[in-house]
Amino acid sequence: MTVTPLGIPRRLLEFTIDGEPVRAPEGSTILDACRSAGKDIPTLCQGDTLTPKNACRVCVVEVEGSRTLVPACSRKAEPGMEVRTDTERARHSRKIVLELLASSVDLSTTPQVAEWIKEYEAKPDRFGPDAARLNEEPKIDNDLYVRDYDKCILCYKCVDACGDQWQNTFAISVAGRGFDARIAVEHDAPLTDSACVYCGNCIEVCPTGALSFKSEFDMRAAGTWDESAQTETTTVCAYCGVGCNLTLHVQDNEIVKVTSPHDNPVTHGNLCIKGRFGYQHVQNRG
Amino acid sequence: MDLHFGDSKPTDEERAAVDALLGPPQSSWEGADRSDADLRWARGGREARERRDLLLPGLHAVNDRVGWISEGALDYLCRRLTVPPAEAYGVATFYSMFSVKPRPATVLHVCTDLACAAAGASELCAGVEARLGLGSGVSVERSPCLGLCERAPAALAVKAGDPVRTAVSAPATIESAVLAGSAPDSAPEEPPAAMAVPQAGDPSLVLLSRVGVVDPTSLDDYRAHGGYTALRQAFALGPAGVIREVTDAGLVGRGGAAFPTGRKWQATASQPDHPHYLVCNADESEPGTFKDRVIMEGDPYSLVEAMTVAAYAIGAHKGYLYLRGEYPRALIRLEHAIDQARARGLLGDDILGQGYAFDIEIRRGAGAYICGEETALFNSIEGYRGEPRSKPPFPVEKGLFGKPTAENNVETLVNVLPILTLGAQAYAAIGTGKSTGPKLFCVSGSADRPGIYELPFGATLGELLELAGVRKRLRAVLLGGAAGGFVRPDELDIPLTFEGTRETGTTLGSGVVMAFDDTVPLPRLLLRIAEFFRDESCGQCVPCRVGTVRQEEALHRIVERTGADAADDIALLREVGQAMRDASICGLGQTAWNAVESAIDRLGAYE
Repeated sequence: MTVTPLGIPRRLLEFTIDGEPVRAPEGSTILDACRSAGKDIPTLCQGDTLTPKNACRVCVVEVEGSRTLVPACSRKAEPGMEVRTDTERARHSRKIVLELLASSVDLSTTPQVAEWIKEYEAKPDRFGPDAARLNEEPKIDNDLYVRDYDKCILCYKCVDACGDQWQNTFAISVAGRGFDARIAVEHDAPLTDSACVYCGNCIEVCPTGALSFKSEFDMRAAGTWDESAQTETTTVCAYCGVGCNLTLHVQDNEIVKVTSPHDNPVTHGNLCIKGRFGYQHVQNRG
Repeated sequence: MDLHFGDSKPTDEERAAVDALLGPPQSSWEGADRSDADLRWARGGREARERRDLLLPGLHAVNDRVGWISEGALDYLCRRLTVPPAEAYGVATFYSMFSVKPRPATVLHVCTDLACAAAGASELCAGVEARLGLGSGVSVERSPCLGLCERAPAALAVKAGDPVRTAVSAPATIESAVLAGSAPDSAPEEPPAAMAVPQAGDPSLVLLSRVGVVDPTSLDDYRAHGGYTALRQAFALGPAGVIREVTDAGLVGRGGAAFPTGRKWQATASQPDHPHYLVCNADESEPGTFKDRVIMEGDPYSLVEAMTVAAYAIGAHKGYLYLRGEYPRALIRLEHAIDQARARGLLGDDILGQGYAFDIEIRRGAGAYICGEETALFNSIEGYRGEPRSKPPFPVEKGLFGKPTAENNVETLVNVLPILTLGAQAYAAIGTGKSTGPKLFCVSGSADRPGIYELPFGATLGELLELAGVRKRLRAVLLGGAAGGFVRPDELDIPLTFEGTRETGTTLGSGVVMAFDDTVPLPRLLLRIAEFFRDESCGQCVPCRVGTVRQEEALHRIVERTGADAADDIALLREVGQAMRDASICGLGQTAWNAVESAIDRLGAYE
């Protein structure tokens, strides 16, 4: 029997979002409360299994009495708070953040971003043809996954997943500073010379497709990647007794990618190298 | 933690540099040769991880000895401290004074920032680069403000070795800078700190009264000139009494944010969590600011005493003094002062026989403006990348090592001494009702007598500039540094108070007053400010990381344009600037557009 932990009962806080009174359990973030109230706020660096880093600043909202805008993903709701999610000022910052990212990073595989760019009327081209871009080449140094940092928005999620929030391997970090900051392993070496254990938990949390299965990367390059033709089957990993859930993404009767459900109360979307990448034997058909 | 280390080995020199800081390794688990005993037990782990804060000093140790940080040296340091090499690499590449690529042992930092640029830094740089090319054994690096603005243009040479040698050349000629770079040992001695204080010896001075009067190396001299009377007074008042005096005196932070010091101390002192920490922010990096350097070089004991008083008030037994890496003389003076104070029982387990224990540790920055942000500074001390944390929680609740921390600027702290010796009322009588006490101003640029000036709050900008001998054909005055704003020559009646500058839509910031005459092209200055913010952005949040780049690009496009030709880019700058101000995590991004905006709106740049 699966037991869903309920936790200790939490006090409800009362405050307002866009003038409407809302109640949220103590400890909730503004984003949690907004989502419960059915309000959509764009997010990029926020992850359901990670502590908010609030680095992308696309989720900013106005809070009465605050000099600057506040990130909804990490700011805890307080009683009596007056939150406004859709003001001119908040929308302006979101628009500019989208423009700044889209003008410097390849967002072609970032889900939803195209809709937001439309919704906020962002025009990334207005910084001109000479606007600096990341200009990174994909790093293909192993058979399992590819690091295409031209698509990296520096959300820190892979660093946190690899580090003390999940994997405790600490194979990657942010190196350099400012616009030149990049995710890197020690000495900017190839992955094969690093501490990486190929659990792929960084791929699981990457919001932009900068980190992807080699299989996905190759199929995208060949133009054969077709999500609409894929099925997703959640099953149990057979390698050991832990019983992690695997979601197999199958296209044309081939496993093309493996993810894991984030709401699993034990693994929270994390796997090891065997569950994540060890599926080739399934496809050995004689 | 199961760490992976590469196969690179440190050289004997690198190993010696790290061991000089950390002591010899105890077992192969932290980098010694493997012995049979190592197979039976593992040492390190948690104990070693608790020394994570020694990562930055360790990187300094290697960089000071060898001039750069090799893979072998970094891996050895990581082994000694049980730090993941990827994280250490991230930290080493964060600071501009470190290099992870081979470079000559001597680095000559030539300042190209505002005051130096106005004093001909680009010619100096070009000349020095031509003379010290490849094979000269000197690497010439263009640097942000070195805090030597009163003697612009300036250059700082750092020669790796045991010990590391430094030389300052300011005002620098091509000749003197090349000499400092190629032979730091034989470069002429720097002039005393008092040379930066045109008012030195004036009996009305409060904060600068001892600069140029006492021997900065002599504790006896300091005591003979009123030193340590404030600490005695503090012990007589008790911690709550000290906080009450500081609150009643109306002291607010002098680092730029003007937060009431008494309130900060009270909030820290009342936290139930322990230990409490005191941090002195001496990472003075705002372009045009050099007041803290002059205090630390000219009257170092006053800072030691003031830190002791502050720590006593908030109930801290450990203080960190985070000093910017570009201040070698301040480092020597403070190390000496702290040693002397410790030897004489003015720091240590039982200060002045009062049973109160306090000691100070100096931590050097390594070239990162962002580390002057209070929470970035904590991360830097703790051995992480100097990226600001999000607030709340505020430092008074969760600061250094996650404990309640009061962080104060150097000038703020030394103001505590006259508050205690004069009394809160007498102190509050100086200045205006809302801005009390004396204030230090860093005057540089187009003036005959640049330097640090002490004036009571309320003096006007014109009075200050007259004192400093401002030259004719004044075009603009920059208040508050790169994060501040420009004012016009016809606005010299602005009162130099927090409220007065706020009312006129500008800022006092850290007390920078930089005068520019009409020979300096304004667009070039703005471009330099934009370059500064682009270089110094930590890269954590998007508005600042990319916004500062877009700001610089737009200013680059319009550097030779005016009127309608510049209008589109100015509109773009306004939009990006607004988002940086509203949505950046910390003050760096939030203020990165201030100076440019003020130049457009107040000075009519590009019209």
